[in-house]
Amino acid sequence: MFKKILIANRGEIAVRVIRACHEMGIAAVAVYSDVDRAALHVRKADEAYPIGPAAAAESYLNIAKILDVAARSGADAIHPGYGFLSENAKFARACVDAGVKFIGPTAAAMDAMGSKTRARQAMERAGVPLVPGTSRGVESFAQAEEVAGRIGYPVMLKAAAGGGGKGMRLVHAPEDLKSSLEGARSEAERSFGDSEVYIEKAILNPRHIEMQVLADEHGNTVYLGERECSIQRRHQKVVEEAPSPVVDPEMRRRMGEVAVRVAQAAGYTNAGTVEFLVGETSKGSQSKDPQNNFYFLEMNTRLQVEHPVTELITGLDLVHLQIRIAAGERLPFTQQDVKIRGHAIECRVYAEDPDNNYFPSPGKITLLLQPSGPGIRRDSGMYEGWTVPMDYDPLLAKLIGYGTDRDQAISRLTRALDEYFIGGIKTNLSLFRRILRHPDFQAAKLDTGFLDRMLKEISPANPKTESTAEAAAIAAALFTALGASAQEARSQPNGAAARDANATPNWKSTARREALR
Amino acid sequence: MTYDVTINGKNYRLELTRDADRWSCRVDGRAVEVDAVLARPDVLSLRIGSLAYEVKYERVAGETYLSVGSERFATEVGDPRSLRGRARAVDDQGPKKLTAPMPGKVVRVLVSQGAEVEAGAGVLVVEAMKMQNEIKSPKKGTIQKILVNAGTAVNAGDVLAIVE
Repeated sequence: MFKKILIANRGEIAVRVIRACHEMGIAAVAVYSDVDRAALHVRKADEAYPIGPAAAAESYLNIAKILDVAARSGADAIHPGYGFLSENAKFARACVDAGVKFIGPTAAAMDAMGSKTRARQAMERAGVPLVPGTSRGVESFAQAEEVAGRIGYPVMLKAAAGGGGKGMRLVHAPEDLKSSLEGARSEAERSFGDSEVYIEKAILNPRHIEMQVLADEHGNTVYLGERECSIQRRHQKVVEEAPSPVVDPEMRRRMGEVAVRVAQAAGYTNAGTVEFLVGETSKGSQSKDPQNNFYFLEMNTRLQVEHPVTELITGLDLVHLQIRIAAGERLPFTQQDVKIRGHAIECRVYAEDPDNNYFPSPGKITLLLQPSGPGIRRDSGMYEGWTVPMDYDPLLAKLIGYGTDRDQAISRLTRALDEYFIGGIKTNLSLFRRILRHPDFQAAKLDTGFLDRMLKEISPANPKTESTAEAAAIAAALFTALGASAQEARSQPNGAAARDANATPNWKSTARREALR
Repeated sequence: MTYDVTINGKNYRLELTRDADRWSCRVDGRAVEVDAVLARPDVLSLRIGSLAYEVKYERVAGETYLSVGSERFATEVGDPRSLRGRARAVDDQGPKKLTAPMPGKVVRVLVSQGAEVEAGAGVLVVEAMKMQNEIKSPKKGTIQKILVNAGTAVNAGDVLAIVE
């Protein structure tokens, strides 16, 4: 087993991996950029090394700097987390060359899955169901027109190197094809340095369901059940749950076996996720059970943000298993041993402003009250007094609710969301309160169009608002009175300060004090 | 002490007096039985009659908010000498400031000084956390002044431009 692991990441996932290291008696090495010196992952690590400026390209994405820290610290393995270098085959190769174990798949497996067109070609050969479309980049507008006409509109244009919704365009009619193709190509070029774009039949408002797989380095591959990730905004997941309310044991077995075939076709090792679209290929088609049609979308060659929901329903620790697999151990169980029990739902808590089109809202966390109690797991990278930097993805924490069944998971999570308070910055906590109370969510009527539809509805008025508004008014006066008197007591020796505190409401002077910090 | 409190735009007059360890409170002239404990800075455990509330206090980008349970209220405590209070009353007329909604960097200025803009037209683009956000004109008018350039780092609440 490894003695020391370097975590080439930041935020909640770095803290998550550090915890696993400590549970396994392994020393954890953190790296941090200039703006992350005070970050939680640095506080929790055994060793921490600065790796340069805030810009990720000069720190968390800088392979040479990270390998230099690995050498200096004597780390024998690197966990990449998700994002940053986690799916970078060049990095995986550089780790091999530097004699440090990369905790994840091989560079060759990443290459096979890294390009969506190449992945489609490999899956075609392996007989995996694919959304109708091209498995090579389109070469010309004429070819795009021909393909789109053949498979039928609407079609989806996708960047071969894509991810996170970048370089994606939904095209409803032939007259929009040309501009969409140009837009997708230039966005793909800008985002990934690769303008290759391919065409797929658009599945309107599909469900997005993914299957967790785990493969050791001795040829054993298992699936650990699915996650339902249909609650998305701008192609980014917001709420995930496991198991999916629409997948029955038979469909789970079929999807799981396809996922294992996908992983084996790519020579995959360690933890990975096979994503599927589930739904109809054309609106109004008369398939008897349209929800049973699933199509391979892509494989994510890393630990997913939403891995905790799978951990809760299987009782497994995916990070422990990743580390054990990377250390050469065999999977300690077989497919028959994997049992799903209960239901888990995760909310991705972001520093963003729901009243301002979900713009990022970095800043200082002035007050943090965190939920706990039965069935609640919180994977967080923040703390009170910490300033959320503006340089990275605004994911602050993940709040996960677990219950005997879906209803109990929802009610526990709803209760925990009401306990959660993050003061000083804007967060999307209120969005989750709305989603979890929405009748369609509660009835598990989920598809990728759910969130956009919900956001167009007028948010239901809370009947309690009248009386709570009065409570807020009373509290406002009390805070001012209490604050002013506390201030007065503190600044006794200074008469001028005391007079000032009396004359102005406390939060104005507080704000002024904070501005001076 | 008397306070003029505004909660989500609605005004309340609060009269508070402290008799030894008890508060006596009137809301718009009506006596209300209150009991308050500051559980920790910015967290008030409040009883109104026998109803219990946990109230959280925060300031975000220059504004004050109180949260009761999970309901969040924009809050102002009136101060007759506050310039801000007076400016607010005449806000709809006259020049309007465009402020940065979050700290970040100005990446583009989309219009030039003196340009005519419609309400909702993009004026600048600010980037934060890898996202580009268009700052839009709150009203139809003329761009009186642009106070930043492409590349300027800004804090939340900083004035970026003024629309006349």
